[in-house]
Amino acid sequence: MSKSKTKSIVLFIIAAIALVVLPHVLQQFGNAWVRIADVALLYCLLALGLNIVVGYAGLLDLGYVAFFAIGAYLYALLSSPHLTDTFPAIKAMFPGGLHTPLLVVIPLSLGLAALFGVLLGAPTLKLRGDYLAIVTLGFGEIIRVFMNTLDHPINITNGAKGLDAIDPVHFWGLNLGKPLKFGDYTVSSVTLYYYLFLMFVIGALVISHRLQNSRVGRGWMAIREDEIAAKAMGINTRNMKLLAFGMGASFGGVSGAMFASFQSAITPESFNLMESVMIVAMVVLGGIGHLPGVILGAVLLSALPEVLRYVAGPLQTMTDGRLDASILRQLFIAGAMISVMLLRPRGLWPAPDHGKSLQTKS
Amino acid sequence: MEIFLQQIINGLVLGSMYALVALGYTMVYGIINLINFAHGEVLMVGALTSWTAIGLMRDGMPGAPGWVILLLATIIACVVAAALNYTIEKVAYRPLRNSPKLAPLITAIGMSILLQTLAMIIWKPTNKSYPTLLPSDSIIVGGAAISPTQIMILVVTAVSLAILTYLVNYTKLGRAMRATAENPRVAALMGVKPDMVISATFIIGAVLAAIAGVMQASNYGIAQHSMGFLPGLKAFTAAVFGGIGNLPGAVVGGLLLGLIEVIGSGYLGTLTGDILGSQHSDIFAFAILILMLTVRPSGLLGERVADRA
Repeated sequence: MSKSKTKSIVLFIIAAIALVVLPHVLQQFGNAWVRIADVALLYCLLALGLNIVVGYAGLLDLGYVAFFAIGAYLYALLSSPHLTDTFPAIKAMFPGGLHTPLLVVIPLSLGLAALFGVLLGAPTLKLRGDYLAIVTLGFGEIIRVFMNTLDHPINITNGAKGLDAIDPVHFWGLNLGKPLKFGDYTVSSVTLYYYLFLMFVIGALVISHRLQNSRVGRGWMAIREDEIAAKAMGINTRNMKLLAFGMGASFGGVSGAMFASFQSAITPESFNLMESVMIVAMVVLGGIGHLPGVILGAVLLSALPEVLRYVAGPLQTMTDGRLDASILRQLFIAGAMISVMLLRPRGLWPAPDHGKSLQTKS
Repeated sequence: MEIFLQQIINGLVLGSMYALVALGYTMVYGIINLINFAHGEVLMVGALTSWTAIGLMRDGMPGAPGWVILLLATIIACVVAAALNYTIEKVAYRPLRNSPKLAPLITAIGMSILLQTLAMIIWKPTNKSYPTLLPSDSIIVGGAAISPTQIMILVVTAVSLAILTYLVNYTKLGRAMRATAENPRVAALMGVKPDMVISATFIIGAVLAAIAGVMQASNYGIAQHSMGFLPGLKAFTAAVFGGIGNLPGAVVGGLLLGLIEVIGSGYLGTLTGDILGSQHSDIFAFAILILMLTVRPSGLLGERVADRA
């Protein structure tokens, strides 16, 4: 076994242990810190999904949050009292209320989001670059507006009020909404969610990594570099692009379902354009098309601003309330986006060989 | 019929504001292929600057007529917005001109967030009522009411467009701009300074955006830090609708989008039996955009762009 391989295995084991222990350390400082880690993991999942569309296939998607919303609303509808309260027919079918198990919801949200991804992809196949960006952006807005207005004539989404009382994740007799007790030691609910999300992120990482080195992944990258040349090489660009949209969307759908159960209440405003933009920023900031970079970008842009909230208190009193936590957070995000791009235009941790063809051009 | 005429007038007013902002997007895109996401924020800064200027001038010279104050405030707003957009280009876009295409897009988004946040710090995140400086009694034309502010908007848009057309088509700067849009390297060989042309483009775009900002604030009587976001988005849609990079396209796209939005929100409810209503006017515009782009992928007046040089 070569030395570098041993080193990477050791590193891997250390990272794995660190990830497992992390929530227990954070838990000591309060559950709010574990929540930050949970949300960061959800963003990792979203960023990995978008990375398939933007990073691998090179299709700029500014409405990605729509798939997140679809997953979230699907889970919320299937696991909250809203449908049974609104429709007597459903109430009659499920007298005990709708409590769809996780193992049903996950494939459903995955499938529905993928379907919408393909639906979005189909009419936009001919578009390139910025035209695609505006159409995806419009799609995201359309979904959000429908979440807002589908409370009449039939109340499906409950409009701007959103849905609440969503069930926590429960499977195999384990309810993630309640803390788990081992003797004296309590594992809080957020820590349980942490492990669930971590598993999803690892799964997504493995899928992304395998895709990257597969025939499909190479096809996507060929399309990204030069669509016409890719077509000439016999790649079915239409199917490949639709596949990218569908796969990317499915990650978003699962992430959305997890988000709904984790938050236990959702409103359409959680899924605005700014969220889409943030996810794109995570992917690009970290290193587009490069998995460690994407994870880094997602953690950086989702967790660090939250951490800032906790140090913002003194600053707020110093500046007479003009600099409150949310403003500070926005300043940090904006500053990070601008400075990172200026200093490292290819991202914080770019793929080693990405952009070669671009360098020789111009 | 009167209602329809009223809708047309409202649509044209809204559309002309979109057109002015869309021109800024399309000019920048035509020359450096960048979606300047911060453009809507330039509009917001213009509007808020004029609000501050109006407040100061009303205290400073109490007897001055409203239109003088509005004119002076607009000029101040244009100067501030131009300086701002010039700085943005120099700081955030110029160093990235040869970087991967998404990098300047991210700095543009960052700039947009930064400007909104700074506006929140400087002007406080509250709604500010924008004074009505022109007479407020409407003129009745064929049963439809049109206010002096709306007339002002239509006139100012027409004049701005005339000046811009002259500038782009008949001046040395305009020729340089068109040459740079066509091919920056060859233009540079012919003695055009691309950096100068790009700066000029950003300045012109900012002036148009600031005018639109002042008009929007006077029309709705309100100004606040996020007022640039939606018009920016709509104007960008309008620019794409008309074919991005194409100046007449931006104007046509802006006016059409304004008309579609107003007429759509006016009649959508009655046409669909209240299933869709005025709250869907935004997505009506987007849906039409998506439909049109599937038929004409390069926009209404856009030329078929050659695939990758």
